Amino acid sequence: MSRLVAFAAIQGGYKVVSQVEGELEKALQTYNADTKIGFPNTAYYLPVIYSLTGMKCETLEDLKKPMAFARGLLPPHIKGANHLPYLGPLLDAGMAGIFAYEIKEALRILREPDFYMLGEDPDVEGGKIWVGPADDTILRKRGVEFVDGSAPGFAAIVGAAPDAATAKMIVEDYQKKSLYIFCAANHNGKTVIEQCLEAGMQVGWKTRIVPFGPDISSAVFALGFANRAAMAFGGVEPGDYRKMLMYNKNRIFAFVNALGDVGTEWAVAAAGCVNWGFPTLADTDIPEILPTGICTYEHVVANVPHNEICQKSVEVRGLKINITEIDIPCAFGPAFEGERVRGGDLYCQMGGGKTQCTELVNMAEMSQIEDGKVIVNGPDIGDLKEGDTLPLGIFVQIAGREFQTDFEPILERQIHHLINYIQGIMHIGQRDISWVRVSKAAIEKGFTLKDIGVVLHAKFHQDFKKIVDKVQVTLYTKKEDVDKLTARARAEYKVRDERVDKMTDEDVDTFYSCTLCQSFAPSHVCTVSPERTGLCGAYNWMDCKASFEINPTGPNQPVLKGKVLDPLLGRFEGVDEFVKKASKGAVETYNFYSMVHAPMTTCGCCECIAAMLPSCNGVMTVGRDYSGETPSGMKFTTLAGVMGGGASSPGFVGHSKFNITQKKFILGDGGLLRMVWMPKVVKDELYDKLNARGKEMGVENFADMIADETVGITEEEIMPFLQEKGHPALSMDPIIG
Amino acid sequence: MAEETKVSAAKAPQLADPMEASIDIATQEMIRRAHKLNIETVFDRAVTMKPCAIGMQGICCKNCAMGPCRLPLPKGGVEGEDTRKGLCGATPNTIAARNWVRMIAGGAAAHSDHGRGVAETFLSVARKESKDYTIKDPAKLIQIAPYFDVATTVEVDGKKMDRDLYEIALGVAEAAIKEWGKPEGSLAYVKRAPQALQDKWKKQGVIPRAIDREIVEIMHRTHMGVDQDYKNLMKQGARASIADGWGGSMIGTDLQDVMFGSPTPLQAEANLGVMKADHVNIIVHGHEPLLSEMIVAAAQSQEMIAYAKELGAKGIQLSGICCTANELLQRHGIPPAGTFLQQELAIITGACDAMVVDVQCIFQNLANVAKCFHTKLITTHPIAKMEQENVIHIEFDEHYAMQDALRIVKMAIENFKNRGAEVMIPQHKTTQIAGFGVESIQYHLGGTFRGSYYTLNDNIINGRIRGVAGVVGCNNARTKHNEEHITIIKELIKNDVLVLVTGCTGIAAGMHGLLSPGAAAVHCGPGLAEVCETVGIPPVLHLGSCVDNSRILLAATEMVKAGGLGKDLCDLPAAGSAPEWMSEKAISIGQYFVTSGVYTVFGYSLPIEGAPVFKDYLYKGMEGMYGGMWDCEADPVKHAHKMIAHIDKKRKELGIDKARDRVLMDMADRQKLEAEA
Repeated sequence: MSRLVAFAAIQGGYKVVSQVEGELEKALQTYNADTKIGFPNTAYYLPVIYSLTGMKCETLEDLKKPMAFARGLLPPHIKGANHLPYLGPLLDAGMAGIFAYEIKEALRILREPDFYMLGEDPDVEGGKIWVGPADDTILRKRGVEFVDGSAPGFAAIVGAAPDAATAKMIVEDYQKKSLYIFCAANHNGKTVIEQCLEAGMQVGWKTRIVPFGPDISSAVFALGFANRAAMAFGGVEPGDYRKMLMYNKNRIFAFVNALGDVGTEWAVAAAGCVNWGFPTLADTDIPEILPTGICTYEHVVANVPHNEICQKSVEVRGLKINITEIDIPCAFGPAFEGERVRGGDLYCQMGGGKTQCTELVNMAEMSQIEDGKVIVNGPDIGDLKEGDTLPLGIFVQIAGREFQTDFEPILERQIHHLINYIQGIMHIGQRDISWVRVSKAAIEKGFTLKDIGVVLHAKFHQDFKKIVDKVQVTLYTKKEDVDKLTARARAEYKVRDERVDKMTDEDVDTFYSCTLCQSFAPSHVCTVSPERTGLCGAYNWMDCKASFEINPTGPNQPVLKGKVLDPLLGRFEGVDEFVKKASKGAVETYNFYSMVHAPMTTCGCCECIAAMLPSCNGVMTVGRDYSGETPSGMKFTTLAGVMGGGASSPGFVGHSKFNITQKKFILGDGGLLRMVWMPKVVKDELYDKLNARGKEMGVENFADMIADETVGITEEEIMPFLQEKGHPALSMDPIIG
Repeated sequence: MAEETKVSAAKAPQLADPMEASIDIATQEMIRRAHKLNIETVFDRAVTMKPCAIGMQGICCKNCAMGPCRLPLPKGGVEGEDTRKGLCGATPNTIAARNWVRMIAGGAAAHSDHGRGVAETFLSVARKESKDYTIKDPAKLIQIAPYFDVATTVEVDGKKMDRDLYEIALGVAEAAIKEWGKPEGSLAYVKRAPQALQDKWKKQGVIPRAIDREIVEIMHRTHMGVDQDYKNLMKQGARASIADGWGGSMIGTDLQDVMFGSPTPLQAEANLGVMKADHVNIIVHGHEPLLSEMIVAAAQSQEMIAYAKELGAKGIQLSGICCTANELLQRHGIPPAGTFLQQELAIITGACDAMVVDVQCIFQNLANVAKCFHTKLITTHPIAKMEQENVIHIEFDEHYAMQDALRIVKMAIENFKNRGAEVMIPQHKTTQIAGFGVESIQYHLGGTFRGSYYTLNDNIINGRIRGVAGVVGCNNARTKHNEEHITIIKELIKNDVLVLVTGCTGIAAGMHGLLSPGAAAVHCGPGLAEVCETVGIPPVLHLGSCVDNSRILLAATEMVKAGGLGKDLCDLPAAGSAPEWMSEKAISIGQYFVTSGVYTVFGYSLPIEGAPVFKDYLYKGMEGMYGGMWDCEADPVKHAHKMIAHIDKKRKELGIDKARDRVLMDMADRQKLEAEA
């Protein structure tokens, strides 16, 4: 009975729009019209309104336009048996409701700036369990997962389950499926988030259980997040509403679970979501809309039992989730990666300063090891009591016809997140500074150290099947064995590091393209060389090489360097040919080592963006974790918005954090010594490397010469500091020739 | 004396049996009333006079004074070589084909001359010479401008700006008018067809040049002793039909939308019961909305309503007959009082104070019927007058449109007091939802943000909807009024075929309750019913008048563009039908549907039976050239099932004849999806 749904949603549309109009009117009477409004730290204004209409709402006054637009979308009410068609009107009413909800949330943040926690994690102890709209830092970190497929989609849960155990069952099932769970609204004052907390679950972005807000209006944050991901990583232009919504339908596999009675205010939100291709599944007896068309399959499905709702939701959305069952007693999946084992939950731990904990991956001969064998050499968890510690050496041996020693560090780096994927186990650090914390909950389920071996064996086979034939894992827990392994590992790390550090662009004749993130900036293609790691910070040349070996038709393709056209700026004939082809002629050429002259193109997922500061005769860079203002006059997120379209923009370039201290970093423009400003957090992290690289270039204590936000956030403010420190950039040739 | 009696007895007019004449109760009641009042109607004449058997077969040639040559098919068919020929040697194929393409010429001329009138009015609007008309749908104007190579933006100081609307209008109007007589080039709107269809037309050499030229060339080719190859004659028939459907008709529809607004769904009523005894009843009848648009405004004006009240009426009830009715229904919700065959009956109610007619499908007998009542029968078009003395001619001039309309409405109001006592309006009317168009269907398939024909295609692909049928055309007094229309439509929707209607079929569907959303649950198969329920639409969508058949062409083109159902109109699981056809316009429409790739089935009979080879060419030969072909089936149930069989054939060719599995997609699948989108 779609007519009833249409009736309810259109009623809801009128109700919500009228209510928010009232709130806006009241706000306009209370505050000045030019009062700033908006969601914190985002370059996308009110993202749903901005992405679909192109309207930029910055002040209270600006809200009038989308409010009027929402009012204009409201269709006539459905009347009588001989009614007019209602599918289009229903969807329009839904959209009007969504716009109104977004305005409502902006007004809430204006009135109660502290209502939301605004970060990745709620403050459960402090009673602030709602995180509100994700800022652009979270967007850039998490949003890309929706685009590259590591998060297949999200379940937007509104309302509450009948009890905490049911809520836990549903939410945990989605976690196992690697979906994000976006929660909003309450049913009779109860929310799924409260139920999760009651059931002892950790909520927050890290465990993918996102507590957006307690009201149905907070559900708009889920849509805003999806649309921002489409703009940031999908290359969808603001205002191109059809493309935006189709992108969501085809890429972001999301759906709504309505737990509890569906009133008109929920109905209008559900109708709004259908515009995105997101269907609604309810646990109550509401009218269904089964034919397809706007969504991939059904639009509204009712009366779904709680124990079937996850499977049914995934089916209705048409989502295929590949889960490999791994034979361990705990749940396993990326959703558990961010889960922490806090003091009170801790049963035992290895490493973390208490004991030594070391990881090493080594290549082995085929005959030397036995596939699937996991040896625990020494005491296991069962031998420990609560609060005990144990040294640990994780030694993985891999044999494969295609395996090379170059791949060892790549697989070794996987250990961190793979162990973290085990529910109730926390992994921190890497190499010889690893730290494994095991929770009481995991012990209750029967976790033993052997399970680490089982996970590594299964996942290495699954993720690297082209190069991996045999995997054997040995877990040492006797101090002497661990120390022996650690000594051997340290020697190997040294050799590896030197090999990578010394590798130069001149040493190789092949670079690699990278489209791994599938980030779609129309004319952007990453090219990765040994001295210019991927701008996302996640992939270096060696990773690309390994990836190509593993999957020859995959996202990393070799690019023959060809003739060196300009050694100083880093221009190569082979790269130019490739770039021209890949960008379909939009970009003719770019330089690897310059941000002034035809710099490399940039996509939305770069780790840092460097910008020229002409008055300082230097450059600055800003990382995506820093949300403040910068001397370029733009925040990171604004810069990313300007730069991320795949254009080559002289004066700006995206790069990885690691790249800053690589030898070729903007060498064509004078190199690292041009760096006059960076956020303190980046400077502190790179402090030693900055000094080391500065020294190589002839400047002692270079890190201290670089200004940060404590010095100033305009060129004028930092200039005296640079003069006082005698920053080398000031005496270099003019940056613009 | 005895002999004389015998002769007069043979000539004595017979009376129609109301129950055999129509399935509509209002019509039956009015036929009875006519009999009581001793007024003869088309239904009586149909039982009195039989159709000419030779003409029925299409093999009477009267194109020169050596004839008429009649070449009837021998009883039992042709055995061995067909030696029939006219004095000049013309074969049955030549004669039937000549007659056929002359019907196309007649139909195309009617639609296109209508379209020309619209274009001329639009030119005067663009020149701001007709103050009573404006541009009501600028979006449509901007949408069509590029097809006439008219720019919609201008560059001012290097910045792209919107161009003045009236500048665009002038460009479009001037270019549009040239479509009828431009000396070189080809029909502009051909570009609107799917590329695959354009390629076919090009290959067959049938892309029209100018609209008038194609019609004139038919008259030349069919003159004595010119084109005597039925295939070559049909090539010109095909070309002229494209000039109608994708030319005169389409331009007419578009420019009417620009001036009067594109239709959007609305609620209205249908049938003679819409007339009101205590109101001044004005009925507009014919095909062109140019004047009647003004009559709507005049009849709704406070001034005229007050005047009507002053003269004793409670108000003014405007209603329509035929496609003028459809034009006003689609844009204003003005109710149709009846179909083509009910035109005399509307006057026989005794409540029709004025019947205002323009062009096409107007019985000359209206004047005889009007004579029996107080009704003022007003002709308005210089090309459509009547010889009877009681007919009033008020010539319509678009430059003085409102003035003319007011004069007519006033005349009707002043005539109200002249009614006799014998008013009888049948109390039958039905509520309907009409007002569908290419744009409004798109909107209703997903709203402002997601509106797309893909929603329809998706439900065709998943099998909820089996296919789409256009059921259009006239009434014909040789068949039972509305029976074929309604039986065929019901059979189609029962089998999950979504039906689009225009013309008198649309009015019939409205009268019989098929244009109501409630009809879905009653008459449809489960799949179609579910989709209708989801979208909130009736299973039969009214797309307007007979020139608006161009809307069906464009809706089908949108379906092709939306994807998933092939590359050309002939790939679609679709079919066309004209169950109760009677006019030359119907043949032209049928031909442009066939030429555009649609399997088109006519009811009653086609005048080609006397030329089996030519018939075979239309029924089978055309498919290989255009993808569409003709057929004829008088039995309405068989008729519908022929269409369904064709739809199933197309479903099979598209590979959507089997149930679709639910495909679950991983990231790689989704990335592919995006690349295709």
